[in-house]
Amino acid sequence: MLSKKAIIRLTTLLAIITWMVLVFGDLSIVFSTTHNLKPGIGREVPPIMLSLFILSLFVFYKYRIEKAESINFVDLLWKVFVTGLITTIVSLFFRLFLNLLGSTKLAENVMFLDFIYLSNLGLISAFLISTFIVWKRLILYQKSKFLLTAWQIFEYSLLFSLLYNVLPIPAVQNLEEYYSALLVLMGIFLSANMKWVAYLNFKQKWKSILLIALAMFYLGYFTFTLFNLADDIGESTTQFTDFRNNVFILALIAFIFIYALFSLLVILFNLPTSSVFEQKLEEVVNFQRLSQSIQTEQNEERVYDILLESAVSTVFADAGWIEIIRPGENNQFYTHGISVKEIQNIKQHISDNNVRGILDQSSDKTINLNKYLSTLKGSRFRSILAFPIYVKNQQLGTLALLKDVSDGFNKEMTKIIDTFTNQAGISIENFRLLSEALENERYKEELKIAKRVQSSLLPKELDHDGDYDLVAFSEAADEVGGDYYDTYRVSRSKIALIISDVSGKGTSAAFHMSQMKGIFHSFAQLDLSPKDFLEKANKALSQCLDKASFITTSYFVINSETKTVEFARAGHCPTLFYDTQLKKGTYFQNKGLGLGILRNGEFGNYIQTNAFQYKTGDIVVLYTDGVTEAKNFQGEEFGYERLQKFIERVSDLSVQEIQQKLINELYEFTGTKSIDDDYTTLIIKFN
Amino acid sequence: MVDIKRIQEEGYDVIVIVGEVDASSSIELDNAISDAVKSGKKKLLVDCTSLEYISSAGLGVFMSYIEEFKRNDINLVIFGLNDKVANVFEILGLDQLLKIEGTKEEAKALLG
Repeated sequence: MLSKKAIIRLTTLLAIITWMVLVFGDLSIVFSTTHNLKPGIGREVPPIMLSLFILSLFVFYKYRIEKAESINFVDLLWKVFVTGLITTIVSLFFRLFLNLLGSTKLAENVMFLDFIYLSNLGLISAFLISTFIVWKRLILYQKSKFLLTAWQIFEYSLLFSLLYNVLPIPAVQNLEEYYSALLVLMGIFLSANMKWVAYLNFKQKWKSILLIALAMFYLGYFTFTLFNLADDIGESTTQFTDFRNNVFILALIAFIFIYALFSLLVILFNLPTSSVFEQKLEEVVNFQRLSQSIQTEQNEERVYDILLESAVSTVFADAGWIEIIRPGENNQFYTHGISVKEIQNIKQHISDNNVRGILDQSSDKTINLNKYLSTLKGSRFRSILAFPIYVKNQQLGTLALLKDVSDGFNKEMTKIIDTFTNQAGISIENFRLLSEALENERYKEELKIAKRVQSSLLPKELDHDGDYDLVAFSEAADEVGGDYYDTYRVSRSKIALIISDVSGKGTSAAFHMSQMKGIFHSFAQLDLSPKDFLEKANKALSQCLDKASFITTSYFVINSETKTVEFARAGHCPTLFYDTQLKKGTYFQNKGLGLGILRNGEFGNYIQTNAFQYKTGDIVVLYTDGVTEAKNFQGEEFGYERLQKFIERVSDLSVQEIQQKLINELYEFTGTKSIDDDYTTLIIKFN
Repeated sequence: MVDIKRIQEEGYDVIVIVGEVDASSSIELDNAISDAVKSGKKKLLVDCTSLEYISSAGLGVFMSYIEEFKRNDINLVIFGLNDKVANVFEILGLDQLLKIEGTKEEAKALLG
């Protein structure tokens, strides 16, 4: 298919060529007939050219003039006016030229007259067809299927008349008058469609009247000029292209005139009521603005502003206010055309009159307070309308509107304001839900980061000796916890090992955990005894833990040379030890105190160091309270005894197998994949 | 969930904790102890007969007042802990710093 641009160019070219052939053909026929010569060109050529010329213009304007939906109506009418103006100026120029010649020979030359006549015909055709397309756009604004069909019939009938001019069919020739009448009737019928007028505001209506009147003037001028010229030429010869025989042009002139006249009258009669339409339109726009405010506005204040503004302008109130209830604080006021002091006066006056209503924010009734207001001395207002604003069935505030005439608010207005306040309530509720969701999202994102930080703090590999095997497992709950374990090689045969649990959850727990890691890695290399380490760690943490936070820790020093383990406990879960000779698991019962609980020098008094010798097959199980406090459906805890029995049962297995079995046992016990707390276990088996 | 009440008895305040103290409900416990401390009472009892569970955050609340009790000469005695909860206090070592008794009578006797 050709592009829009190409079609426009092509039709322009075609229109110019056909018009030139028309002029040349018609002139040669007129010349031949007036000089009694046999015309060298067939008499059917000029009408064919005229039809082709009209058709080209038709296509040209069809693509040139946009749909009414995408353009302002006044702009469309403006196009008609401009086309008319240009064509009229050109036509006037010819007329001026003709007048200047006066009654010279040239002025009476039929050839010259015919040329001027044909020029005018071309101009009026352009004007008529462009106007026809504009009228079409206007008529088909908000079209129905029926209207569209009717229009198509009209348009095709018109175009058919072009064909009919070219091929004079004898049978139809006699029906010419009926055919013209039919076209005019169809035009009248279609002219009843002017929905667009309702969408014009007061100012636009005036403009439209002016533009249409001017278009009618052009039409009248052209028709008059053409008839005169045709008459003049007709005196010399009948062998020219007489538009008076052209059904298409005549029908078009009639249609354009009728629609222009109808529009003019309708707009004129609509002028007084246009303010009502404008008001309705504004209501819709305001309502839309209010409902869209949730998507675009950044805060609730803007919603209140828009509500007040829309309400005031929609009911033409002289003043208004929104009072927002703020528990424990002074209520907040949004005002329009009224001071807060004046509002307080009105409220005082109304409550003095014992009006139980909306303004005292105790009832949900909307009542007309007019008669009470009329007794208020010194106030310029005589009517008041008040509505509550609700969010989730809770009154958020009140909207009040004032007018300086009595009975200023009618039922319609009450309904509209009711809708407005409802919509504002919904907007605010949505807005709050959205903010909450965003807040939640941010919190979740923060947790995700904390969780990443936490898991990156745990060692990927644990340093250990050939003297024993060591595995660790840690699984964090949805909320970030603060379980930590690590190892540090102090010397060739000495390894320091730590397990910690930070109190609390969330980002602060992850933060404290990273502090613990720092402390471990700086103090472990000093080759401290477990008690010394814990004292130093306590001192360091006392400076940075917040008041209600603490960290429980067990610290071990494993010496593979002497095969001893020395350890101390700072409030951490007691260590489970499996003695392979006794075939029994026991918990070490040494005393201890969580780090950060006592932030002075006395801390050391509460720490007991313990030590034991290990032999092949002994097992040490370290864990955090998430393991022993894991609950099943009955609310029963996994507990110490179950853990002890477990290790006695699996003591022959390797550390990896023991760990896997323990994990399975825990999940089986809780019966769920989701855990409330962090599980951390560290299992050592001596070779 | 937790339900915390403050009861005035002759000579001392009793804080009764019913239910579970976790991270979120520990705030209520903190408020209750803080109010009791602010009221100027020097003798406080904490009734944990119906305390079923206490998380580390709950323990943190008790811990955070240890210094203040010492400074202001406040005597706080906890009583009625069940075995499980008592064990939690013990493991952390708080039993060495707080006064914990079995029954209300014993607790009152300790207050003098």
